[in-house]
Amino acid sequence: MDEFMLIFRHEDGKKIASPEQMQIWMKATMDWIGGIAAQNKFVLGNGLLFDDARVVHHNKMVTNGPFGEIKETLGGYIIVKAESADEAASFAKDCPILGGEGNTVEVRKIIRGEDMH
Amino acid sequence: MFRTEFSRISAVLCKHFGIEHIELAEDIASETFLLAMETWSYKGIPENPTAWLYVVAKNKAKNYFARAHMFREKIMPELKQTTDVPAIELDLSDQNISDSLLQMLFAICHPAIPTEAQIGLALRILCGFGIDEIAHAFLSNKETINKRLFRAREKLRAEKVPIEMPETAEIPQRLNAVLTTLYLLYNEGYYSESQDAVIREELCIEAIRLTKLLLNNPLTNTPAANALMALMCLHASRLPARKDENGALILYQDQDESLWNKELISEGAYHLHIASQGRTLSRYHLEATIAWWHTIKEDTAEKWDNILQLYNRLLQLEYSPVAALNRTFALSKVKGNAAALPEAEKLGLAGNPYYHTLLGELYQGIDNQQALQHLQQALHLSKTQPEKQTIQQKIDHLPIT
Repeated sequence: MDEFMLIFRHEDGKKIASPEQMQIWMKATMDWIGGIAAQNKFVLGNGLLFDDARVVHHNKMVTNGPFGEIKETLGGYIIVKAESADEAASFAKDCPILGGEGNTVEVRKIIRGEDMH
Repeated sequence: MFRTEFSRISAVLCKHFGIEHIELAEDIASETFLLAMETWSYKGIPENPTAWLYVVAKNKAKNYFARAHMFREKIMPELKQTTDVPAIELDLSDQNISDSLLQMLFAICHPAIPTEAQIGLALRILCGFGIDEIAHAFLSNKETINKRLFRAREKLRAEKVPIEMPETAEIPQRLNAVLTTLYLLYNEGYYSESQDAVIREELCIEAIRLTKLLLNNPLTNTPAANALMALMCLHASRLPARKDENGALILYQDQDESLWNKELISEGAYHLHIASQGRTLSRYHLEATIAWWHTIKEDTAEKWDNILQLYNRLLQLEYSPVAALNRTFALSKVKGNAAALPEAEKLGLAGNPYYHTLLGELYQGIDNQQALQHLQQALHLSKTQPEKQTIQQKIDHLPIT
């Protein structure tokens, strides 16, 4: 069994939806994660705040942002256990953020010691 | 009285002699009670039975050391001048008793001891259970339990586990281990497959009593300990309503809520309130809050919505098959059987009777043939008579089309 990171890319929900709508999305996300956890396939997860973000560039210059104004912004991730990338992708298919057009969930296998050489 | 006093005497003796004499402490406590039962049965119970027990225990301890002293005198006369009879003055004040009990609890729940053995030792030393009672509770035999306890005592001796409170910095981690053991001890009683209802209930009561020890000490009176206490009280409140006169299990939805113990419910709510002060959110918090929602018998959308969200979080913290099944049941209450079925099918618990009972319920009205097959599978996998009866009733009530 390998571990995969499911990376959510979407714009900042607060900019396009009411707090009530956010609440509904949050619940739907928790139900989705709960379904994975009920199969004992959930490892961990975090949502990422769009407020007060920084980007540090190669010359150590610090800029504000990202501001979550484009669909490609990283909004959060979870790590799941799965037999294959396809199984991990099948979890991702039910992710509620995919209800927003243009949003994506990227599926990436996590490197283990033996994958390094 | 037997259980409480036995644990007090053995904890104080153990503290006094040190962990290497753990069996001696148990033996003296046992002998004291044996003598009490023999004497009291024909002389009647003394005016102050507790004081009587303490005097006998003290004398037995003294005699033991006098004998040990004699032995040393004869075998090693050259040591005569140094081996004064050790002044054995047992401190049986309330303070020392409760300190000793708490310290013993920490010693027994030492990470070096396997959890199953911790529970066994706690039952023997802190709850005064006999070996056959422990064997009964674990659905095991005396020999296995004796071996398990023997190995655990050896380990305590080998590791030189001190009977004292851990360093303050160590307490949070060690306390987690203690809470786990108490939680399992409680579950052993609440969910045990043992047929003996009396023993099962006693396990629950003992777990509550030992958790109270933690709440009585400021160092261990933490939000998580309160949450565990809340969980125990709230579950225990339903014990009187869980069994019919034949010992068959009564399912939650069929229970007579007038039999629920109101006092325990409010005690549970009180501890849950204390537990919520602070920033920790343990699995006990989540499970206690779920148990609290269950004290509202009426099915409301709000109730099941909250229970579902709590199970979602509980499973993220710690997976267990029971939580996975209960979460799926809550999902069916919120979103309907049709929505819950595909998630139930994915749980991967085909060897678990409760999994098939759940699927049997969810398929009802959707595919009764499937429902029947799952209930029959559940009947086949289930281990106890009361459970088999409950499942058989479900099969009998299934409308076959």
